[in-house]
Amino acid sequence: MTDFGTSPDDVQFRFRDDGVADHGTVTVDACCDQTNATAVRIEPSDDARVLLPFLDRLALVEVHFPTFGDGRGYSAARILREAGYEGELRAVGDVLIDQLSHMRRCGFDSFAPDKSLDEEDAKRAFAQWDNVYQSAADARKTIAELRHE
Amino acid sequence: MYQYDQYDQAMVDARVEEFRDQAQRRLDGKLTEDQFKPLRLMNGLYLQLHAYMLRVAIPYGTLNSRQMTALADIADKYDRGYGHFTTRQNLQYNWIKLEDAADILADLSKVEMHAIQTSGNCIRNISSDHFAGAAHDELIDPRPYAELLRQWSSFHPEFTYLPRKFKIAVIAADTDRAAMRLHDIGIQIVEQNGEVGASFYVGGGMGRTPMIAPQIREFVPLDQLVTYAEACLRVYNRYGRRDNKYKARIKILVHEMGAEEYTRQVEEEFAHLLDQGVEPPLAELERIKPFFADPPFEDGPKSVDRSDPDFALWVDRNTVRHKHDSYVSAVISLKPVGGIPGDATGDQMRLMAKLAKQYSFDELRVMHTQNIVLPHVKIADLHALWTALEAADLGAPNLDTIEDIIACPGLDYCALANARSIPLSQRISESFAKSGRTAELGQLKLKISGCINACGHHHAGHIGILGVDKKGKENYQLSLGGSEAEDVSLAKITGPGFDEDGVIKAVETVTDVYLETREDGERFLDTYRRIGMAPFKEALYD
Repeated sequence: MTDFGTSPDDVQFRFRDDGVADHGTVTVDACCDQTNATAVRIEPSDDARVLLPFLDRLALVEVHFPTFGDGRGYSAARILREAGYEGELRAVGDVLIDQLSHMRRCGFDSFAPDKSLDEEDAKRAFAQWDNVYQSAADARKTIAELRHE
Repeated sequence: MYQYDQYDQAMVDARVEEFRDQAQRRLDGKLTEDQFKPLRLMNGLYLQLHAYMLRVAIPYGTLNSRQMTALADIADKYDRGYGHFTTRQNLQYNWIKLEDAADILADLSKVEMHAIQTSGNCIRNISSDHFAGAAHDELIDPRPYAELLRQWSSFHPEFTYLPRKFKIAVIAADTDRAAMRLHDIGIQIVEQNGEVGASFYVGGGMGRTPMIAPQIREFVPLDQLVTYAEACLRVYNRYGRRDNKYKARIKILVHEMGAEEYTRQVEEEFAHLLDQGVEPPLAELERIKPFFADPPFEDGPKSVDRSDPDFALWVDRNTVRHKHDSYVSAVISLKPVGGIPGDATGDQMRLMAKLAKQYSFDELRVMHTQNIVLPHVKIADLHALWTALEAADLGAPNLDTIEDIIACPGLDYCALANARSIPLSQRISESFAKSGRTAELGQLKLKISGCINACGHHHAGHIGILGVDKKGKENYQLSLGGSEAEDVSLAKITGPGFDEDGVIKAVETVTDVYLETREDGERFLDTYRRIGMAPFKEALYD
């Protein structure tokens, strides 16, 4: 099964300079079997770690949020970034304004919400936190680090 | 105690503005109620039976007089002149209007307070030993570690949409005054070979499936504390059940997976995370510690004039040994006979604030048993303190007695409740006060929950009462033998439930059995453990 993912047109926010990946997106299972897949879609119950051997060939990982309250995708995103994945990490599905800043911190750098979001609200949301308490995937200095510089 | 710096203050201020924006978007119809609900919950705002309830975080139960006064002012300005101290060491207002919520949060932020993460499927306010920094038996003050975890858990980007709520308690004494092993994570700060570290217990909880947390790691070095907690949470976030909200707490995951397998996965994640640099610099812990340094204690009298028997009784019942022998920790009971457990009026809160400033180095604590502590009171000042408390109906001498009942808000307020808790606790305390048996019974922890969610900790009561709905009628199940302390155990149900009058009678019956069969020095709980359920059952049902 291929190309059931989002199209580049669905991407509303993107924080990358490279061209938008437009590949046939496959399931995690298919990605593990198919040596040429370059785009994959993670469902909440998938183990992101099975993708680690293939990160080099992946240009796009979509993480699907069927409902915004299912937070497994945040861990999936961080796990991929911690493993050194540098390609596009796209949050897709029930992606809402009030989850954007945390998603960004977990390593998402593109967003394809089911329902297009208000641009102004989103802008404010991405800029919500001047500082952060935790170290995450975004390499921002934490408050503790700033205190002890 | 801890004071915000510009970063902490900016975080709380940013959150107030974020919530104002969210509330506005809700009003503008940009957010559905389903989308708004978790956002307001994460700012402490619940919809109850009659109105919104706002739950204010009191980190590790510690606050100063300025904060207590601000809580009193909010009670007067936005509520009906009182607040309710909870089993999570927090404060709830029961009559809040949604349109006032952002203003209340702004008022709170002026005194370094907030309602962040007091609800919702996220890491909740961190609780701790209410005698921290004062207890004679503690290894070290646990609050710096709790504060470190407070910062880590606030607005955590990965753990804001967990399968279910998540509660952490930190203690540092072998005596457990925080129900540590009935938390999702219980941490005991311990010493091993001269080094201080943390023991982790994971997967405890009450609710409909009570569990005692197993120890999963005996010793985590302090410079890995946050990393270990992060590993515990990540395994839960990834594998905790999301198909059924009643099976979504971490206790179910640990139980179903087995503590050994859960531990293995945590250790694997931990080993991985150690390389990721998620631990705050150790210097941060060192920065936090001096905020909790001892106040300047002075030597003074070590005993009181016992000529007034009422005062002597209060001293015996409501004061607790302090690490400095000229001081005690004094407990202000919020359990006047016939009163509502944990409630305090605005005036009472202001008085407690004033007394804290006068007699306790400007510090107060909220106990999980819904009382207030003045942690550092000079023995020489006790009479003056007691006199002031008595005058404000705050001098009930009943700490840890059968009158010191924990009760959830129950059907008088709560949308989840099946039965009322408050009137029952009022009637029980009145009945025992009237018969004069309170003293005879000694330590007896009675805990009442108005539904299976167990906010009133009934599983951990020496005597527990659970309100259920039986064909449209309130019915109460009695259980015996629970403890939230270091001798932690879960109470067992005696048998069929009772109506309201019946359960009051049943409580009297089981205390009769205790008084008839106790041996020297035994508490109710000890007698129950020695003789078992059978004699109690016999007296109740035969």
